[in-house]
Amino acid sequence: MTYREAVRDALSSAMRADDDVFIMGEDIAEMGGSMGVTQGMLAEFGPERVRNTPISEMAIVGTGIGAAMQGMRPVVEIMYQDFLTLSMEQLVNQAAKHRTMSGGQVKVPLTIRTQGGAGWSPGAQHAQQLESWFVHVPGLKVVFPSTPEDARGLLWSSIYDDNTVIFFEHRLLYPLKGTVPDEIEPIELGKARVLRAGSDVTVIAIGRMVPEALQAAEEAEKEGISVEVVDPRTLLPLDEETIITSVKKTTRCVTAHEAVTRGGFGAELAAVVQQGAFDYLDAPIERVGAKFAPLAFAPAMEQWVVPHAADVLEAVKRTVARS
Amino acid sequence: MAKVEKKPRGKDVLSDERLLELFREMLLIRRFEEKVEERFRAGELPGFLHVCIGQEAVAAGVMAALEPDDVIASTHRAHGHTISKGTHVNAIMAELYGKAEGCSHGYGGSMHLYDIEKGNLGANAVVGGGLPAITGAALAFQFRKQERVAVAFFGDGATNTGVFHESLNLAQLWKVPALFVLEMNAWAESTPISQHAPIEDFSQRAVAFGMHSIDVDGQDVEEVYKATREAREFAASGQGPVFLNIRTYRLVGHYIGDPQVYREKDEVNELRESKDPIELLRAQLELSEEEFEALDTEIEAIVEGAVEFAKAGTDPKPEDALKYVYA
Repeated sequence: MTYREAVRDALSSAMRADDDVFIMGEDIAEMGGSMGVTQGMLAEFGPERVRNTPISEMAIVGTGIGAAMQGMRPVVEIMYQDFLTLSMEQLVNQAAKHRTMSGGQVKVPLTIRTQGGAGWSPGAQHAQQLESWFVHVPGLKVVFPSTPEDARGLLWSSIYDDNTVIFFEHRLLYPLKGTVPDEIEPIELGKARVLRAGSDVTVIAIGRMVPEALQAAEEAEKEGISVEVVDPRTLLPLDEETIITSVKKTTRCVTAHEAVTRGGFGAELAAVVQQGAFDYLDAPIERVGAKFAPLAFAPAMEQWVVPHAADVLEAVKRTVARS
Repeated sequence: MAKVEKKPRGKDVLSDERLLELFREMLLIRRFEEKVEERFRAGELPGFLHVCIGQEAVAAGVMAALEPDDVIASTHRAHGHTISKGTHVNAIMAELYGKAEGCSHGYGGSMHLYDIEKGNLGANAVVGGGLPAITGAALAFQFRKQERVAVAFFGDGATNTGVFHESLNLAQLWKVPALFVLEMNAWAESTPISQHAPIEDFSQRAVAFGMHSIDVDGQDVEEVYKATREAREFAASGQGPVFLNIRTYRLVGHYIGDPQVYREKDEVNELRESKDPIELLRAQLELSEEEFEALDTEIEAIVEGAVEFAKAGTDPKPEDALKYVYA
């Protein structure tokens, strides 16, 4: 099953099981979504539950909030995560805060699916990775799967979580194939996955940088460096225990994401690791991410700005060289 | 007492008894707001506050026309809506004092009054911020084939926000049972319409989406009731949302302590003489001095009781601040 099919399967399964689940977003019905994720769903569920919307990110997120507060479990697709910026007020001031502001009277079980990522020259407004913005907002949960199995199990759990979850998908991961259980197995939010065991360096990677980190680990092994790859999968809440346990074992840490390095999620990971494993560290924590620039269009510039397996490998080698 | 002429009654839609109840409710809102202002100036209330003096007939009239299962989303000027939707003044006052007995248990404050049991989905401190959730609540009612409506309150300032236009467009497109209640008091904080909108008739903005709109005199509680009832029937019967273009007057500043340097004192005094919804209704009901004084004394006691209730309330534990971040 591909990553794209895994997302679709979680959506369809939830909608078959539960009348309170519906999806809405721009071009998701006849067109099946700009990335084809919801293809075929209109035919099965009809236009009431697979709702095409106007280009109104504030209103479709806000409408999702209102329906969720009535006990429904809406899944809103924001076509590109760059467009989340248009719905920030609703996400940050409304969805995240209703529960606290009401003194616990309200739940907002809303899921926002979105995608993005560089690698196909979409330009600066269709390729950002903004996940770290939302990790800064109490009341939201943030999920970013990197495999089909995780995408399916985590999306199911996100839909059935009683909080608003921002669910990030990566554009380049959609065709990625992987094995999944026959039946959907919900994956608890806030649990990391160790994708590869190693003893010298821990690479904590998210999104597209997970397969890149695995590739770097293969290369490193040829040079005698044993790399452990950990995918937090859920950024908020974060499985600090798995991360710290891994770094205590390996004594070195590299963080990797496609978002710009400065202020990125790697900074939070580095803070967690130095707090939890300071005495174990044999080298400064290395952060791998995009260079600090709006993404340029020309493929040569784009590829130079965003990180790849080679950048992870270099960072791994730097940590080893220090000790 | 202001000099007002008794207006000729139109079609009798509310009995004198019901009108008297609404008068009582409006007076309760007025006395509550006056007390809030007094206690704020005495330094007892944290934060900052917006009172709805002059707009009481909108809250009372709209809510009188709703059914108990209908839901509302209010604004930063929320006390009147919350009282009229059925929350006891004790719980509201306790919220303003930041007490656990408050309607939001001390987590919300004046601008975030909630009472889910009463159908109050919360007051919103971001202008226009509550509108799309009302479209969404109405969508849920439509999905579930429930005969309920969702009601958004907002001011003329909110009609300039993008989310207002997106929310109304979507509501009309999907014909959800929502009411969009514009309390047109002609001021966006300190900014008059002449500086914030190129039109004066805001119903044009709803009509632009093909939405049914009704103009209402917001100082006349019976008119507000009638229009809301008509709107509710329209929306609940599946014909789509309705825009209520309610002309009202804010007889006070934007917030308590607002020196109102942006408008003439004479203007406010003139409005208080001619547009006070409580005086207008009092004249219509032909209440005698004695009848009014008796009612007023009773209400003053209720409001004083709310202050005592609030002051005797429980201070939340500091660490309880983390209690409701996640469900």
